[in-house]
Amino acid sequence: MAFDYDKWLRPGKLPHIWCPGCGHGIVMKGLIRAMETLQLKKEETAVVSGIGCASRLPGYIDCCTLHTAHGRAAAFATGVKMAKPEMNVILVGGDGDGTAIGGNHFIHACRRNIDMTYIIMNNYIYGMTGGQFSPCTPTGHKASTTPYGNPDPGFDIAKLAIGAGATFVARGTAFHANQIDKLIVEAIQHKGFSVVEILDDCPTTYGRRNKYKSVIEMMNRLKEVAVPVKAAEKMTAEQLQGKVLTGVLYKEVKPEYIEEYAKVIERAKAAK
Amino acid sequence: MSKKVAFLQGNEAAAHGALYAGCNFFAGYPITPSTEVSEVLSAELPKTGGKFLQMEDEIAAMAAILGASLTGAKVLTSTSGPGLSLKQELIGYGCIAEIPCVVYNVMRGGPSTGMPTGPSQSDVMCAKWGTHGDHPAICLVPASVQETYDEVIRAFNLSEKYRTPVMVMPDEIVAHMRERIVFPEPGEVAVTPRKTPTVPPEQYKPYDTSFGDVPPLAAFGSGYKFHVTGLNKMADGFPTTKADIVQAEEERQVRKVDANIDDIVTFEEYLLDDADVVVVAYGSTSRSARYAVNVAREQGIKAGMFRIKTFWPFPDKQIKALAGKVKGIVIPEMNLGMCSLELERCAQGKVPVLGIFRVDGEPINPDQILAKIKEVK
Ligand SMILES: Cc1ncc(C[n+]2csc(CCOP(=O)(O)OP(=O)(O)O)c2C)c(N)n1
Ligand code: SF4
Ligand SMILES: [Mg+2]
Repeated sequence: MAFDYDKWLRPGKLPHIWCPGCGHGIVMKGLIRAMETLQLKKEETAVVSGIGCASRLPGYIDCCTLHTAHGRAAAFATGVKMAKPEMNVILVGGDGDGTAIGGNHFIHACRRNIDMTYIIMNNYIYGMTGGQFSPCTPTGHKASTTPYGNPDPGFDIAKLAIGAGATFVARGTAFHANQIDKLIVEAIQHKGFSVVEILDDCPTTYGRRNKYKSVIEMMNRLKEVAVPVKAAEKMTAEQLQGKVLTGVLYKEVKPEYIEEYAKVIERAKAAK
Repeated sequence: MSKKVAFLQGNEAAAHGALYAGCNFFAGYPITPSTEVSEVLSAELPKTGGKFLQMEDEIAAMAAILGASLTGAKVLTSTSGPGLSLKQELIGYGCIAEIPCVVYNVMRGGPSTGMPTGPSQSDVMCAKWGTHGDHPAICLVPASVQETYDEVIRAFNLSEKYRTPVMVMPDEIVAHMRERIVFPEPGEVAVTPRKTPTVPPEQYKPYDTSFGDVPPLAAFGSGYKFHVTGLNKMADGFPTTKADIVQAEEERQVRKVDANIDDIVTFEEYLLDDADVVVVAYGSTSRSARYAVNVAREQGIKAGMFRIKTFWPFPDKQIKALAGKVKGIVIPEMNLGMCSLELERCAQGKVPVLGIFRVDGEPINPDQILAKIKEVK
């Protein structure tokens, strides 16, 4: 039987706003399959986002959904989760939202290690505002505000998350659609702050400026650059040139913040 | 049984007032001269299972309290000038998404870093016009330690009643001075609970105006699932650009406060019955004003004071009535003329509005006010 996505979608809220060929919908389907696999309770699941095309995702999901301000999803989500620890809290958003305006909240969410999952859709561009360069746009590439090529070096989101203290970091791509839900499932099951970066595409504002002739070409590029971590172990540095590692990149057991705060409460009560 | 009394600082009183009102979630970022609120609540909240978070900046603190409020928590943040500027976008989010919360801001010298330890009253316009777009504004300006305690409780109540952010803005003098305070008994001061839905989850809409201008707000995690956004929204919480809905919703948000001014606005009238000159004052400045009015009376001048306790919504009606009775209005304030603009608007040119504006970090003293009272002819 075909998978029933409708069960998780809000009635009457489609069509979505995404362009044909946009990778964000693929990520949403992955998230839905993950929620189904984990049998999450809709009423006890909050999906929180910032602003951007990627951040429109929560509006379609039939849960408690919070579409916040640009960059602020992690900070709102921290409030939700700390006040109601029994809720599953899933953050979604774009590369610009999460690493530029929201970069500070992102690294601090990683550092605190609150039990939440952050799915970051990296299409290398500010899609919603028409294709200005983001902190993830590769050097030399064209955006509406880098007509002569981007002089900025880009972030490696996964490395940033690991460096900042996230205890589960994975990467997938919109091409490897069947892997997305598995990564998200593992991320949600992980106790602590988990980050899943999904490389996807924005044909409308990034693809056309960077000489991609079609969505298929953009998808093929994702296929070509992705190397599963296991496979990479057997490859030379030369072979890995220009490649991007996918799969679970990092996993660590570290004290989770809500559990630590519970100890604070115990100590405060004892001190009364 | 005699009541519990204490000798407290304004900021400490604010923290205790919040606890009385049922605050169980605080997020902040340290900044002089408001940090004592954080310090008290970091010690007190966990004792009863509440949560204290020190966030990475003031924007994050504002975001965290809004997120927590959506789960039904009663939430507070505290800050001062630069932090208030940073919070502004999300104060607007609280207004449009209609999320109860209390923002406690101690007024220090500005703009920018200004004078971190100096008193000021220069954030009062920021309380209404700081965030972009039309929106409701409620701002309380206490003048004593006791009143700071009481007004923080009232701020929580108003935020729940009207489902909107409420600001409490003492100046640095009120926030840092120490006075005797009498704590109310539990139950003595009413605490307003949040209006939650009575309809089953399938029928719930977070902005359903069939329940009035202030629709019930369900809590995330309480069996209700719904959408919250900072975009202009419809009754079901989803974004819309439909002109008639956007217009009606914007008007309703502002009307929540505007149609209830008499319920929200509070003030003190001091020796006003026969007054020829009225000193309008708020916060610590009103303490100098009271002294000046007393001295003026001793000297045979019929002076009185109108003390603003609720800065927003502004007491238009009362000031308009006074303007028809007195010969002049004196306004001492620790800024370069903010309240005076509102007074001029209300006085409509009927009487002169004489300002004493001080931004040098020193309080306005009674002599200055007395001299100005004498200028009214
Ligand atoms: C405070 C603020 N600054 C700027 C914007 C404008 N803005 C909206 S979306 C966006 C970029 C979104 O890019 P990204 O997060 O990568 O998402 P995408 O659209 O690419 O999915 C920007 C700059 C805003 N809404 N708010
Ligand atoms: S502009 Fe780009 S990111 Fe936005 S919906 Fe279209 S393809 Fe997707
Ligand atoms: Mg993007």
